[in-house]
Amino acid sequence: MAGLIGKKIGMTSVFSVEGKNIPCTVIEAGPCVVTQVKTAKTDGYDAVQLGFSEKKEKHTTKPEMGHFKKAGTTPKSHVVEFRDAEGEFKPGDQVTLSVINEEGWVDVCGISKGKGFQGVVKRYNFHGVGDATHGQKDRLRAPGSLGASSYPSRVFKGMRMAGRMGGERKTIQNLKVLKIIPESNVIVVKGSIPGCKGSTVIINQ
Amino acid sequence: MDLIKVAENAFAVEKKDLPNFGAGDTITVHYKIKEGSKERIQDYRGVVLQIKGEGTKKTFTVRKISNNIGVERIFPMFSPFIDSIELNKKGVVRRKRIFYLRKLTGKKARIKEKRI
Repeated sequence: MAGLIGKKIGMTSVFSVEGKNIPCTVIEAGPCVVTQVKTAKTDGYDAVQLGFSEKKEKHTTKPEMGHFKKAGTTPKSHVVEFRDAEGEFKPGDQVTLSVINEEGWVDVCGISKGKGFQGVVKRYNFHGVGDATHGQKDRLRAPGSLGASSYPSRVFKGMRMAGRMGGERKTIQNLKVLKIIPESNVIVVKGSIPGCKGSTVIINQ
Repeated sequence: MDLIKVAENAFAVEKKDLPNFGAGDTITVHYKIKEGSKERIQDYRGVVLQIKGEGTKKTFTVRKISNNIGVERIFPMFSPFIDSIELNKKGVVRRKRIFYLRKLTGKKARIKEKRI
């Protein structure tokens, strides 16, 4: 396991060697700083805590400040723990894209774009009530039946209905790494990742 | 946007010499077509309607009339399948995107040629 915190820059497309047009996402990943090393002996499990992106001291609470001071770094706005990281880490170490293998796949985790209150057609890919005739009117995007009648005489828990959509943590698995550009801390992966431009994402390999 | 350019440059292959054309110009696109293992070149001649996008995402639309049916084709500017582009005529148009051409037929659909 290797991981990094990054920022989504945006999407573009490139041509492969065979001439295929491949959609890809550009992520600025790292450099991160090790803020804490957890071990099975002291914490019950092995993990590395990484910090990414500067934040001002006046926006940092005193307990947080103490935590960063212990690691010998400036305050960071995003702190994420990565379990069972390979390799030796010390607090204050810099972690860059070199931990990620260029010929491999990554999982990218982020907060998806908020869509607001949406109906079932958009939210759960329902097909709507299909017909415009056969006694139907004004219900092209309706959910249809919610269940049987006298038994169970209620709507089952978890029935998919309209509601708030997006704005939740999502992971996209197995994105192919197309290129890593270490000098500008840029990683290019195939396909799309959750979130808007500029949002923070977590890369796991 | 800057880092996107960095990423695009990392994939860049050497650029072909394409003529400088814009909306209203008549061009011939020599396009490579793969049929099984064989490769041949097809010519597509028409009027450029628009050039869109930037960087590696740049595309252009070419419209021609084929058997009395209007055909529009969108080519990625840096597609490796474009063998070459020939500039046949420079047209005089006022707009950057000449979609009004779609509604015109016959003599009305002519574009004045720019004499150089």
